[in-house]
Amino acid sequence: MTGPSPIDAIRTAIRSGARSAGEVCREALSRVAAENPHLNAFNTVAAERAMERADAIDRDPERWRDAPLAGVPVAIKDNLCTAGLRTTASSRMLESYVPPYDATVVARLEAAGAVVIGKTNCDEFAMGSSSENSAFGPVRNPWALDRIPGGTSGGSAAAVAARLAPLALGSDTGGSIRQPAALCGVVGLKPTYGRVSRYGLIAHASSLDQVGPMTLTVRDAAIALRVMAGSDTADATSAPEPVPDYPAALTGDIRGARVGVPRRLLDHGVDAEVSLAIAAAFDALTARGATLVDVDLPHARYAIPVYYLVSTAEASSNLARYDGVRYGFRATPPPGDRNADLHGMYARTRALGFGAEVKRRIMLGTYVLSAGYYDAYYLKAQQVRTLILRDYDEAFRGADAVDVIAMPTSPTPAFRIGERMEDPLQMYLADVFTVSASLAGLPAVSVPCGFTTGRLPIGLQFTGRRFDESTLLRIADAYERDTEWSSQVPPATPR
Amino acid sequence: MPQGFTRVQVAAIAALAHLELDSSELDLFARQLGSILAHADAVQQVDTTGVPPTASVIARHASERIDQRHTSLEIAETLANTPDSDRTQMEGGFFKVPRVIG
Repeated sequence: MTGPSPIDAIRTAIRSGARSAGEVCREALSRVAAENPHLNAFNTVAAERAMERADAIDRDPERWRDAPLAGVPVAIKDNLCTAGLRTTASSRMLESYVPPYDATVVARLEAAGAVVIGKTNCDEFAMGSSSENSAFGPVRNPWALDRIPGGTSGGSAAAVAARLAPLALGSDTGGSIRQPAALCGVVGLKPTYGRVSRYGLIAHASSLDQVGPMTLTVRDAAIALRVMAGSDTADATSAPEPVPDYPAALTGDIRGARVGVPRRLLDHGVDAEVSLAIAAAFDALTARGATLVDVDLPHARYAIPVYYLVSTAEASSNLARYDGVRYGFRATPPPGDRNADLHGMYARTRALGFGAEVKRRIMLGTYVLSAGYYDAYYLKAQQVRTLILRDYDEAFRGADAVDVIAMPTSPTPAFRIGERMEDPLQMYLADVFTVSASLAGLPAVSVPCGFTTGRLPIGLQFTGRRFDESTLLRIADAYERDTEWSSQVPPATPR
Repeated sequence: MPQGFTRVQVAAIAALAHLELDSSELDLFARQLGSILAHADAVQQVDTTGVPPTASVIARHASERIDQRHTSLEIAETLANTPDSDRTQMEGGFFKVPRVIG
């Protein structure tokens, strides 16, 4: 991308007095008002709240002078709690839920001066791969309104791609940041499991969920991660590792970097135009001085079944809390109904409050955890998860160790809305290249690497060593410096 | 391994999950759960003899945090999202549910 990255540009303009935070916020809100009717990227727009924040920053420039995100508009996925601002997880179950507390990542962004402009649409409870499973209707891809933006953080990806906000937060359980980033032509980073606090993230699968930034450039993702990362007493799985200066790691120098390519995994099932774009990206990396190394991830082909066994088991447990008692939707049975007792209320509340995909996963997870099937499915999947982890350990630490592993983010570009809704298995296969990094808890980033002839974005995924986001982002940024993909703007949406 | 589910089996799983399913959902899930699990059966091919399960990738837990007292949510905040429209519970500080006994 030529010129300063969008967050740098906003910060420089505000710091120098060329623009006020209020102006930046007003412009973002007016773009949201113009584009959101077509994209359905936001469930809630917090215009008043955002303007109050932005004006407060303008009133006290000295206090906010060195805050890394002061005045930067940010969109928050609607499964991250925002105090006083409706948080729905795109579910009827939480349609009216107003959290009494902020997610730690939201609090950290706001402490750094970020201005929350709204909550983005996503698959219900972050379950899906297309952002179609939303109680508030599907999100549309800014590059082609008849196509999905990817999922589950599709609203966040669409918002960044359509230049509604330079930064959006997503959450990634099996690819939910990276795949929509790829399909919308933006950068999406899933940090190492434990790098970013999950406190206030509405739980889907707790051993996999991780919050991360979605931006137009790798540099902006690095700026955001530095603010978001770090241990949090409210999340026992957040890691005590120190947070390095990620933006400073982006030197552009990748001479001698070793980039692993799992060629056997890419042999079949990848769209021809995606393969061409990835091959060209590999050439660009080599031209910058990186070395391509063949790596073998023999168990990665089991990652989809392992993921759907492990994640649904965890989801069935996590979603047991939605029972109509303490918060969220409650179904009221008609008087005299035989289901008018407590258990009937639970079952009816969940029947009416959850959408089809959420029910399907609760059912699957309940089954694989049930007596008689636990060992065959859940335990077995956890054992194969260990083997997937060992494959990566071998690639990153073995005799022929690599610094990152590169492959497509998604095997295909964005598909049409409705195309896979009748076949959940086909939908699950969209995650074939993203789930293994989730199972292994490794950081991974998707960067734009081209377009199909039909002008649909293609993404390149790098997976890195645990807690080594610095190397991961350095290589992704170096690649980005040689390309112009991030500068491309989606066609104007109809007005 | 079951390659297909019967409506009775699906209803039994739904009962465990506290989900009320209608007749068309019983048919749909019987078919879809069967096909998803048929795909998932691929894991059975993997030799996992002696392989420990991975439940979490966390190597170090923050188990040594300082044991300090923190404030928790106020009762009014906690009850603010309660789904029961009857607000008498706000006075009592409890969640209201349908009758359990009798």
